[in-house]
Amino acid sequence: MLGPSGSGKTTCLMMLAGFETATYGEIRLGGKPINNIPPHKRGIGMVFQNYALFPHMTVGENLSFPLEVRGIEKAERKKKVTNALDMVQMSEFIGRRPAQLSGGQQQRIALARSLVFEPELVLMDEPLGALDKQLREHMQYEIKHIHEQLGVTVVYVTHDQSEALTMSDRVAVFDDGRIQQLATPADLYERPENAFVAQFIGENNRFKTEIIEVKNDKVLARTATGSILSARKVNCGEVGTTSTLSIRPERVSVGLKGENTTKAKVLELIYLGDHIRCRMSVEEDNEFIVKVPNSLNHTHLEVGEETTVSWSSEDCRALDNGD
Amino acid sequence: MGLASGMESTKDNHNNVVITSDGIPLKKKLAKSLFQSRLRAFGLVAPLLLLILFAFVIPILIFLSRGVYNNTFERHMINLTPLISSWDSNSEPTEAMFEALVLDLKAGKKSKKIGKVATRVNRELSGTRSLFTSSARKAKKLKAPFKDSLIKANKKWDNLEVWRAMKLTSISVTPAFLASALDMKYNADGTFERKPEERRIHLQLFLRTLEISLIVVLAGLFLGYPIAYLLASLPVRTSNLLLILVLLPFWTSLLVRTTAWIAMLQGQGVLNDLSVVFGLATDEDRFSLIYNKTGTLISMTHILLPFMILPLYSVMKTIPPSYVRAAKSMGATNWTAFWRIYFPQTIPGIGAGGILVFILAISFYITPALIGGQDGTMISNFIDFHMRKTLNWSLAAAMGGVLLVLVLFLYWIYDRVVGIDNMKLG
Repeated sequence: MLGPSGSGKTTCLMMLAGFETATYGEIRLGGKPINNIPPHKRGIGMVFQNYALFPHMTVGENLSFPLEVRGIEKAERKKKVTNALDMVQMSEFIGRRPAQLSGGQQQRIALARSLVFEPELVLMDEPLGALDKQLREHMQYEIKHIHEQLGVTVVYVTHDQSEALTMSDRVAVFDDGRIQQLATPADLYERPENAFVAQFIGENNRFKTEIIEVKNDKVLARTATGSILSARKVNCGEVGTTSTLSIRPERVSVGLKGENTTKAKVLELIYLGDHIRCRMSVEEDNEFIVKVPNSLNHTHLEVGEETTVSWSSEDCRALDNGD
Repeated sequence: MGLASGMESTKDNHNNVVITSDGIPLKKKLAKSLFQSRLRAFGLVAPLLLLILFAFVIPILIFLSRGVYNNTFERHMINLTPLISSWDSNSEPTEAMFEALVLDLKAGKKSKKIGKVATRVNRELSGTRSLFTSSARKAKKLKAPFKDSLIKANKKWDNLEVWRAMKLTSISVTPAFLASALDMKYNADGTFERKPEERRIHLQLFLRTLEISLIVVLAGLFLGYPIAYLLASLPVRTSNLLLILVLLPFWTSLLVRTTAWIAMLQGQGVLNDLSVVFGLATDEDRFSLIYNKTGTLISMTHILLPFMILPLYSVMKTIPPSYVRAAKSMGATNWTAFWRIYFPQTIPGIGAGGILVFILAISFYITPALIGGQDGTMISNFIDFHMRKTLNWSLAAAMGGVLLVLVLFLYWIYDRVVGIDNMKLG
């Protein structure tokens, strides 16, 4: 689950865990409604934002707690705890207290604890939020690998889109308490269904336009300056309504003639190694971004230069009005 | 070779003194600036430190020293003291001792200090007060041999017990008061024995004080824990309002609160009237809720309750709700989550609140004095009794000392069992 803060991700997660009551609708787990099952009987593992490792217990006691309350025998408990610690490579820390561990280590223990009782579903509430960038990336892969190993379903809340795209099979983009789009990471990026998703996932260039013609899956739209652009019909209204046209910066070519060609003026160039980021003024929009790949024969641009930009109508998506 | 050169370089580093820009070695400069900052810190606390030292610590130490030091006899019986301290306390007192006694009695009569000496000896052997005062009046007329004439004046001077009592009081540094505070008697031959049963009173009083304090702590915990939990889990706006209600008693004088309890608890008081109205008691046979232990317990629990709630509240406030949630998500029932996860984390608050209430309760004075009656009085009331009524300050000091040692001992036990760094006030 991905979304800006205040979009309802955590509330939704808490409803799944049973700590918030759903005022409307039904929550099903494996086909069974779980609305009226108290949290401790749902059998859902959970990793909290601040890990919530019990400070008065050692790592081993923390891990064996969920097994103890399930009435599992001591020998069995010991085996499972050892296995879970092995999985996160923390076996030698079994006697330590949470306060004696680093953030990354605590994170691993919290992960192991949520998995030790073999739940059907594990919920993770921004579990990597408190880690530094490098450790976060490392842990992302580690969680992904454990997930692949065990085959358990994980619902993962984050506000970091790269984290969501790296780790997920499917991403639910939240805004304003609603799921805006539920799709694979590739679909989210390539085929956003509305203006919010398009601007939230990755960069995009937008034009406010008025639809003047709808033909099958193509539309023609007029920009504020009067140019007519053709785009793919995705989520726009009928003729006469406003629509946001969205185009990814790397799908725009400079200097070439194509389906949609319009005049552009280079405002700023930023050299980023693998590509050059170019801010242009297109159709009165001074924030139009183009990524020019740093290849042998890339177009050489200079600030203030006037040129043209073009893109395929396949890559330009006509979405809702975005307000 | 590599090793040798390595050693050489460390040696070099030692000789190489780092110099600051004004030519003073860095180490010296650092020490100087550290000293200055310490001096500044000390300067900030000095006024309060001096006040506490001279108005609090030193007077208390001087007073406590009275518990083991009393020089009334030595100071006023200057002639007899050296003789009696070398006496073996079994043989007949010599003529020289009698002569010295008469000299001291005469001097005591003149300086009007003999009463003090008489009171002091009377504490060791009752019935000797009048012996001293009457003999002092007659001392002027007594003639040698003093032994015979003094015994003739009062037969009691022939009694060895009197002399033993004098020998005891002539020793200024004495464990006699401490022994008395613990219902023991210190004998002239240096042995201790328990006082006769009907005269044992202090130990029972210490035990009762401990009992009352413990009950108040437990009752406070029982009543305060749920309130603190409620305060910590409510939204801040509501909990702040309720917190004011908890703090409200602090704005009322202790005396007012205690007298309010008298109005509540007395025979014709609010509680008894209500009990009669609701048929819990008959008009003739009302509950006796005041001037006994019950009254002391009820009002002390009420008065000390905020001291239990506040530390508990501030500790509970720091426990994030995610712990209990995590426990529940792992399959713990509400009770297990509370008992295994929440409760252990509140122990520092229980420790802090408990020790705070206990120490306040053990030295509580006004409430038991007004409400306690016979079986609700505490050790502090008895210390006050000796301070103001019997004027036996040495015994009062000894009892205070015993109380202090007792509290320190309990504190030590607490440290061993719970750990003092486990205590948290917020």
